[in-house]
This record gives sequence, structure tokens and C-alpha cells, in this order.
Amino acid sequence: MNIFVCVKQVPDTETKVVPTGDGSYIETNSIKWILNPYDEFAVEQALQVKAANSGSTITVVRVGGVKDTEALRTAMAMGADEAILIEAGDNVDSYMTAKAIKGAIEKSGKNPDLILTGKQAIDDDCLQVPQLLAQMLGMPSVSVVVGFEQDGDGYVLKREIEGGTIEVYSANSPAVVACNKGLNTPRYPSLPGIIKAKRKPMEKWTLSDVGVADSDRRVNYSNFQLPPEKPPGKKFEAMDEGVQASVVSEVVNLLRTEAKVI
Amino acid sequence: MSKILVFSELAGEHVKTVTMEILGKMDGLHADVAVVGDLPQAALDDLAKYGAQNIHCLKGDNLEKYSPEGYAAALKTLIDEHGYDYVFAGSTSMGKDLLPRVAGMCDAGMATEVTNFTMDGGTFAGTRPFFAGKCLAKVEVQGPKPHFVTVRPNALGLNDSTTAGAGTKSEVAVSTGDLKAIIKEIVKGASNKLDLTEANIIVSGGRALKSAENFKILDEMANVLGATVGASRAAVDSGYATHDMQVGQTGKTVAPTLYIACGISGAIQHLAGMRTSKVIVAINTDPDAPIFTKADYGIVGDLFQIVPLLTEEFKKVL
Amino acid sequence: MTDYNYAPEQVEIREAALKFAKNEMLPRAGEFDQKQELPLEILTKAWELGLVNTCIPTEYGGAGFSTLDAVIISESLAYGCMGMNTAIMANDLALLPIALFGSDEQKKRFLTPFTESYKIASFCLTEPEQGSDAASIKTTLKKDGDDYILNGQKMWITNAGYADLFVVYATIDPSLKHKGITACVVEKGTKGIEIGKAEHKMGHRCSDTRAMNFNNVRIPAENILMKAGSGWEIAKKTLDHSRPLVAASALGGAQCAFDHAIKYAKERKQFGKPLAKHQAIQFMLADMAIKLENSRNLVHKAAWLLDEGKENTKIASFAKAYAADSCMEITTDAVQIFGGYGYSVEYPVEKLMRDAKLIQIYEGTSQIQRLIIAREILN
Repeated sequence: MNIFVCVKQVPDTETKVVPTGDGSYIETNSIKWILNPYDEFAVEQALQVKAANSGSTITVVRVGGVKDTEALRTAMAMGADEAILIEAGDNVDSYMTAKAIKGAIEKSGKNPDLILTGKQAIDDDCLQVPQLLAQMLGMPSVSVVVGFEQDGDGYVLKREIEGGTIEVYSANSPAVVACNKGLNTPRYPSLPGIIKAKRKPMEKWTLSDVGVADSDRRVNYSNFQLPPEKPPGKKFEAMDEGVQASVVSEVVNLLRTEAKVI
Repeated sequence: MSKILVFSELAGEHVKTVTMEILGKMDGLHADVAVVGDLPQAALDDLAKYGAQNIHCLKGDNLEKYSPEGYAAALKTLIDEHGYDYVFAGSTSMGKDLLPRVAGMCDAGMATEVTNFTMDGGTFAGTRPFFAGKCLAKVEVQGPKPHFVTVRPNALGLNDSTTAGAGTKSEVAVSTGDLKAIIKEIVKGASNKLDLTEANIIVSGGRALKSAENFKILDEMANVLGATVGASRAAVDSGYATHDMQVGQTGKTVAPTLYIACGISGAIQHLAGMRTSKVIVAINTDPDAPIFTKADYGIVGDLFQIVPLLTEEFKKVL
Repeated sequence: MTDYNYAPEQVEIREAALKFAKNEMLPRAGEFDQKQELPLEILTKAWELGLVNTCIPTEYGGAGFSTLDAVIISESLAYGCMGMNTAIMANDLALLPIALFGSDEQKKRFLTPFTESYKIASFCLTEPEQGSDAASIKTTLKKDGDDYILNGQKMWITNAGYADLFVVYATIDPSLKHKGITACVVEKGTKGIEIGKAEHKMGHRCSDTRAMNFNNVRIPAENILMKAGSGWEIAKKTLDHSRPLVAASALGGAQCAFDHAIKYAKERKQFGKPLAKHQAIQFMLADMAIKLENSRNLVHKAAWLLDEGKENTKIASFAKAYAADSCMEITTDAVQIFGGYGYSVEYPVEKLMRDAKLIQIYEGTSQIQRLIIAREILN
């Protein structure tokens, strides 16, 4: 099987976000980049599918800045076979990203049997690329997937929606599957895996190599700024059992009369 | 003048509140609504009250259950017929899954999960969170029309001063073609509560709960308040709560009117997921826990003592 | 001038090891400390990821890490738990003599199985009456036909209760002093090995430490490393390799204490402002940071010298003495910054302080390191 995994490199979740002076994006100089956490589930799922289908190849694709290739190297250290990096700024939108991935898959010459992605990237939280890519490739897509089984030529996929309800899909192959936490437990990259990853092939293409032009931009982001700080709230000391009842009664009263939320 | 379509989902006899929130912001603009299937009278009344002009009920084969391809094809038919400039939907499970697919069909752009927007001169400009709310940015869409937008539930609020619309209902026959992925079964979640992303009130627990069983004291409070129970990543990673309950950057981003954080210290990634809540109550034994910096009302105390007292107090007043 | 940057794969090795330490070791360090139990499941997982037995060369199935790679791994794992890292390092300490001095046949026989499944090894030098004065060990190896017969007592043997293989130092003739010392490999289950009960310790409580008796244990000649009488040289060279690892462990523990202290100092408020805004605390934190940086530089230099094929005895002792003493100071100050909470087992820093103490003692006390340094600089 030809398995493609689309990954993104995002700032670590502990990053303190600071917008640039002109508001065009955030300061990226001292950022620690990681493989998007949801993409780890996609890589792990690809490795499990490969283990069950001998002779499979896992290709990881990433569109983004070239300063650091952390995400692709992590995916290859976990066990992916090869990587494609499409060099672009940090500023590409979802449509350009999906079109670039489509172009890269076609340029690779491999017919995909399965395309895995994370359910969303934790930087822009757009949740668009899996569906856009599926539409562009004429494939079905199932997102927020927490259960994955191969079923003959197709897949049985569990998608999580509101309230923990599960939609069970039957999908034809090839399909785009966007993975959520809970689907599997991603393995750690092993140290020999890290050493081996150095020798694995990584193609580097530009956006124009994969047929994406400036005119493909659909969305503009600007005026990045920190959310307004809240004024300090009221704090009540209630470690002492004697005052607890009165504190609780006062807070509930404030919720009714001052905040008016209950 | 811009023509706007709002895709709406049903919740029982009514449409989801986010539809009315969106319509309320369209005051004075031509806004139609699309739903799949039949529309109960109560829902129709709501939509008209909030300014909906034409209400299209999409009907056809393969639409009994949701599928990204089927619903997208149906919407595309309607869009082509009426030449909409904008298509809006709530940023719900379905909205987030469906709209990018339709956008792809139209080769058009989309703004995901905006928390506010303007339609000055009939042109959309929105605000949306990045990094789960650690910062905000302005979002504008360009290129082929229509432009697509999803809106975070509870973010806009309901606008009281909306002018009523005609509320004319019509049925639209659509054809979806063959589907490559279909729902064969739906397994209801254990909870019949609103999802965290739509909940008006959330009661959330952290590692200080110490066990999955102890979450029942939060359930009791949530039942009194009609709230949904959430959890911090620490509580989920410790196995006290399931992942669909996780609030934060690697969980769900929420914006309820009331968020009650019990025994949550307030790691950056948790704060990112709940900071836009309208009112935050925090209960923690550590007076210097970061959660207190975001709390409107902080109670320094042991949650095992405070939560049952709160539950009793809520019972008295509600 | 030296390049202070890690190579790209060293950055990744560090991140992988640190991720494992933070996710798998750190959250359970307190639990295993209290239970005084060897965390076999965690250690096996570490082995699966290639974090154990860093000294095994590629020809025998190892990853072929440099000494610098190995200290990066040791520091990262110690961040998770110094006690667990002791169990991991003890393998290297026992396998290094074989990796450095074993014959091809011995390496195949003894090292390769450690790359095929998780196995545990022990280094047996110290005796009840000989700690620092290692040259006067009393355990004897007597020739008996083609074999040797091993007799004697060993003390404070890490991993003893679980080891598959022991590297034992004994003398063929006590009157020869260090020239009689001989290193041999003893396999688990050999008749005459008697393993004592687990010691109750102040720190490193999850690591397994026991006394051992060897009662007429028969050792085939092919289990002798190099030749009889070369044990002193083997031990010395082994310690040149292992001291940077142990120093790195002190560094990892100290870094963990420092990170806890920084976080707490920023959060905890006294007199209306965070601790970190009080100059008294700032001075403590600054001193901790200086010691960490100095320790790290010494550890890296001691490892780098070995990788360059250069003599490192003096610098390795600098690193061991300085990093261990600094770890003790840094963890003590971390407890101080936490105040009453620091003294409580509910918070992680008191354990780090208890763990730090052992690193000043084992593998050559801080005083022995200074004796070695004095000998080196006066020669």
C-alpha cells in the first residue's frame, strides 16, 4: 500500500505566543517546533497499517518553512520511510496547503491507497486541509477519527462528534482520514530510529514545483494580537471550614446578581 | 448587496442556537437558511424571528444521514442556483467537517471558527483565535465566491434587536450522486448533555480530583446547573476522564458563559482552551495557582469541601 | 575553538530521551521511590527505545554511540529519575570492561544478548571493608586446572538481585596489591553465588542494591578479561568512561531540581510578589544556574576528550566531583526555595536532594576525585 501522512510543524504547546510588532504573525525566533500532536496519531496509524500490509511505503508530506525539519524527522524516526518537504513560508493558507499536498502526491508518482492527517493543527486550528484535499483528489474523507479498521478494500472508521457520540463510517479506498487523540498510542522515536532517519530520503520541492501560485491564496490573516487581559477577579479565602459556607453563598449570589450568568 | 446563506442544524424541535447568533449579526442583510430534511414549525419561527428570508429544506436520496460528500453536493446545488456570496455555518462537528468540502468544490476560501465578524459594505471581516486563543488575528477571504465562514457557538451571543425576516419555507430537490463514505451506525455517547463546545455552563476538573470516581461530585453539580463536565489534560492523562472531555489546546476550545474550574492549576495549554469563557470560577487549594489570574471569582479552598457546598447552594437558588 | 553546538542528531537524541524521561520516568519516580521497587516495565521500555547499554559497539548489535551521545542520554534520563538512571548506568559500568577490553569472542558472547532483549548487569568492585581503597580487595581468584575459583564478599552491588551477568574484580594474590587484581565475567545461576537482601537506602530507592557472596564459584578461563592481573588497568579505564556518565546523571538531577525551583519561584507569592522577584531568591537561582552550566561544560569536555582518543582522567574527575557536589547544593537550595513544601514528600524536590547525596559517594567519592586530581596535577 502507498500510505501518505500529511504533517505540520507547530510551536510547542508550552510556547508563550508573542505577536510581531506589525501584527503580521507571531515571533518565531525562539520557538521550539514540534510535530503537530494530532499528526502523531496519523503517523502511528500509518505504521500500524504498514505492519499489517507488508510491502507498504509510508511517505510523510509537509508544507511549510524550511528552517527546521523537526516534524518530518520525528515522523521518520518513528518509522515512516520517506519524506517530501514543500518549501513555503509560515504564511500559506489551508487551500494552498491542500493544493500543494495534492501536487506533491501526484508528482511523487505513487497512487495513494490511504492518506492520513491529524484532525487539526494546533497553531491555526483551521481543520480544512483533510476535507479540501479529499475534495481535490475526489476521495471520501472522514475526520476526528478515533477508530480505524481495514475492511476488505475499504475502511471502517469511527468519527467522534458532540457529546462523545460515534458515527461509524464505511469508506472506500483510497480515503483521507483525519486522526484524533484516542485512536492509538503513538510510539516514541527510538534512538536507532533517529539515527536511521538521517539516511532516509527527503525530497524538497517548492510551491511552484507542485503547481501552487500566489493567486491560489484564499485567506489573509493580519493584525495578530494578544487577547485583552481581564481585570483581576475577586478571590475568597476558604481553606478554613468555618468560612466556607458563607464564601460559597456569596459567590453564588455574585454569579446571580453581578455576573448574571445563572 | 451580498447574498448570505446560513447552513443550519437541528437540535430537537429547534435549530442550533449558533444559527440565530449568526442571523442576528446579519441585521439588514439578505440572509437565507439551508437545512437538510424537514423543519419543525418552532424552528421555522425562530429563524424568521432572527431575520431569515428564505428557508431551503434540502431533500434527496442519500441525505437521511450526514455524509460530507452528500451534504456538500446538496449545498453546492443550492449555492449554484442562488449565487450566494457568503455561506456561514456554526463551528460544530458537522460544520467543521462539511464546509471545507463545499469550499473545495467551489475552489473558494474559508475562515474557520471566527469569534466575531463584521459585514461592512457587505464584505466579511472576522476575528479568530490562533494557538487555541493565545492570540487573535483578523481574517479576510479573497478569490472566487462564495466565501465560507464557520462561527464558534456562544461567541457572538443572541442579538435581541434583530428585524424579523420573511421566513418563507421551500423544499429543494437535490441529487448527491454516489457516496464513497457513508455512516452505517451511530453509537450514542453516554452523555445526553450538550457538547463542551456548545455548552452554556461547564464544570471542569483537574488532577486534584484524584480519581475517575471523584468526578461524580462534579457530575452532581453539573446536573443542578444543566452543565457539561470537562477536564484538564492532566486529569485525562491520569485516566480520570475521557479525551472527549478535555479542554485545552490539545483538547476542545470552549467559550461558555460560566466555566467552573475545580482543582485545575491552569497550565498555559488549559488556559488557552477556556480563557474566552464569559465568567470563570476557580476552586484551588493553592492561592498562587495560575488559574486565579483568569478567574472572575476565585475560591481558595479544597474542592472536596467547596464543590458539595456549591451544589447545595445552586440547588437553593435554581 | 570548540563548537558548543550539538550535532542535529544529538539534538534529536536529547529530545527523545528527555521526552521519555518526562513522560514515563518523572511521573512515577516518587511512586517507585516510596515502594523501593525496581521499575522493570519502565526500564524495559527504555531499552526498547535504545536508551540502555549505550556503550555496545555496532559490530555487536549496539547503536554505536559516542561518549558525548552517552552523556547526553544519561543527563536526560536522570532528569526523569536519578535512581532509575542508576539502574540503567550500572549496565554500562558492567559492560564497559567487556566492550573496552574483551576479546571478540567475549564481546559476542556477553554483549550481543544485551542488544536482543532487556538484560541487567552488575559491576562488582566494592567490598564490606574496601570502598575507596579498591586496590586492597580481598575477594580471591585461585587457579584450579583450566578454571579459576572465586571466593569473597561484595557490597553495595547495584542491580544484583536482577542481574544476568556480573563483572567481578578479585585478586589472584593479595600481596601483589593492584598488580594482582583480575576482572572476570560471572554468569547468573553459576553455582556458589549468594545474593543478599535488598538494602534500605536514603535515596536511589528504586534501584536494587545488595551484598553478594561468592562461595567457590567456578569461573572458566575464557571468562577472564584480558589476562590475570590486568584488572586494575581495566577498572581505571572503565571509570574514565563511566565518570562522565555519572557526572551527567548528577547534572540531569540538578537540572530537574533547578526547573522545579524556577517554576515554583515564579508562581509562589510572598510579601505580595513572586519569590522570583526577591533578591535573596534571585541570588540562589543565579548560583544554581552557574553551577549547572559549569557542570555541563565539564561533563561534555570529559566525554569529548574520550571521543577524541585523549586522556581524560583529570577532567573526568573534575566533572564527577563538581557535578555531584553541585547537584547536592542545587537540590538542597531547591528544597530551601520550596520552604516547608520542599520538605514534604508531596513535592518532588526532597527526593532529588536524597538522590543527590549518593552521587557524591558512589563511583569514587568527591574526596577520592580530589585525590585523583591532586595526583594528576602534581605529577
